[in-house]
Amino acid sequence: MIEILNIKKGFGGKTVINDVTATFKTGKCNLIIGTSGSGKTVLMKCLVGLFEPDSGEIIYDGKNFSEMNEDHRKELRQSIGMLFQGSALFDSMTVEQNVMFPLDMFAKGTPAEKMKRVNEVLDRVNLQGANKKFPAEISGGMKKRVGIARAIVLNPKYLFCDEPNSGLDPQTSLLIDKLIKEITLEYNITTIVNTHDMNSVMEIGDHIMYMYQGIKEWEGSNKEIIFSKNKLLNDFIFASEFLRDAKDMRMLEVKGKIDNNRNMDELLK
Amino acid sequence: MKFFTEFGRYLLLLRGMFSRPENGKMYWKEYMHQCSEIGIGSLGIVAIISVFMGAVSALQTAYQLVSPFIPLSTIAQIVRDTVILEFSPTLVCIVLAGVVGSKIAGELGNMRVSEQIDALEIMGINTKSYLVMPKLMAAITVIPMLVVISAVLGMIGGRLAATMTGILSTAQFDKGLHQFFKPYNVFFAMAKAYTFAFIISSIPAFYGYNVSGGALEIGRASTKSVVVSCVLVLFADYVLSAILL
Repeated sequence: MIEILNIKKGFGGKTVINDVTATFKTGKCNLIIGTSGSGKTVLMKCLVGLFEPDSGEIIYDGKNFSEMNEDHRKELRQSIGMLFQGSALFDSMTVEQNVMFPLDMFAKGTPAEKMKRVNEVLDRVNLQGANKKFPAEISGGMKKRVGIARAIVLNPKYLFCDEPNSGLDPQTSLLIDKLIKEITLEYNITTIVNTHDMNSVMEIGDHIMYMYQGIKEWEGSNKEIIFSKNKLLNDFIFASEFLRDAKDMRMLEVKGKIDNNRNMDELLK
Repeated sequence: MKFFTEFGRYLLLLRGMFSRPENGKMYWKEYMHQCSEIGIGSLGIVAIISVFMGAVSALQTAYQLVSPFIPLSTIAQIVRDTVILEFSPTLVCIVLAGVVGSKIAGELGNMRVSEQIDALEIMGINTKSYLVMPKLMAAITVIPMLVVISAVLGMIGGRLAATMTGILSTAQFDKGLHQFFKPYNVFFAMAKAYTFAFIISSIPAFYGYNVSGGALEIGRASTKSVVVSCVLVLFADYVLSAILL
């Protein structure tokens, strides 16, 4: 579980994160959503220690990250996996070497044992046979999966994903979302995902935090988000006419005014 | 004011490199990789420059020494001392500032903008130590070696040019190479080589590591690092000459 208490962060006099408090539970997909520039990425970078918050506390399973010295932070970071927006794979290394890197750096064991683990996680993300390929030779979706494999190879307790679906087609995005969800449950880890992809919100959002101009504007689950009366959240989530219509129909469906067996195509007609 | 801010950040980068390696074996592997990249990777250009530098030096010295009172072997002596004292350490390091410096700045800059440095930080790796230290140590190890190779090749180039054009015989050139040799000159050349190696690896590392933005900024950082390295090499050349000669 990760708790953040009254986090504030600004750059050059401009406040980017303003007094955000939240709890991200273990075994759940915790989503941080919001428009571009709402402070999601800055908040995530504060959480993993790439930025130092101006004030507030970050607590990892009872351990105060804000008060840790560099050595303790380094130790904790070995239990953190992160998937970056651009995957951040090492260009000069093959897929296999990318995934092997954290093992070589931190894990004990023979090269054969490490290779076995690499193949296990590559199998887990359905990347069998891509071991010897370089990042430049694989697709965007495959890069994300390599990023996930590298993030989970050391059995992390916390997984951070920054915009895991950016630049991916809807089908591949769905696969990545499902993978993140499955891994969260399988490894029982605390997962935090930064996204503005509505499919992700509806598919994997166990706990959703909506940020608006650096402030936590709304919090709830994917079951609750559809019924929210928060105008800012609704403007963000149901930005297009299509989604607004879909929401209205869902509301009517829930109220029992529409036959549940009728499909969406018929309703739209 | 900006100069002091930049200089302070440069010192912080250097200070940040000194920490216990997370895994000595991986650091050693990276060090050896950098030795190969910087050393073997630059050998070709260093060899070409050195041979022609020595050859041109021999021809131009012969052109200027027209007095019948000066023995011809003096040409070889001047070529030797010019190559050891100035051409090999300074000229080669200025070329290396371009070759190695732009490579280091480009590599680190690309790693920064594509979040690879952030990925390493999150893994719990001291990136200043893992990415900058091996490059710096490798440069300090192999650049003096390249300077020695350059000096030898420079003298061979001078010998070839002098004998092929009939300015002096091989025996006269070899005699000139041996006469009035001061081992201190080699010490001076090495002092310069180590100093320049530090400059041409740490300055590009600083600019590359601190890139923010995109591809345009990587190019700018690379160019700036080469310019600053070259100016500092020339400045250090003057300071070392004033102190040590």
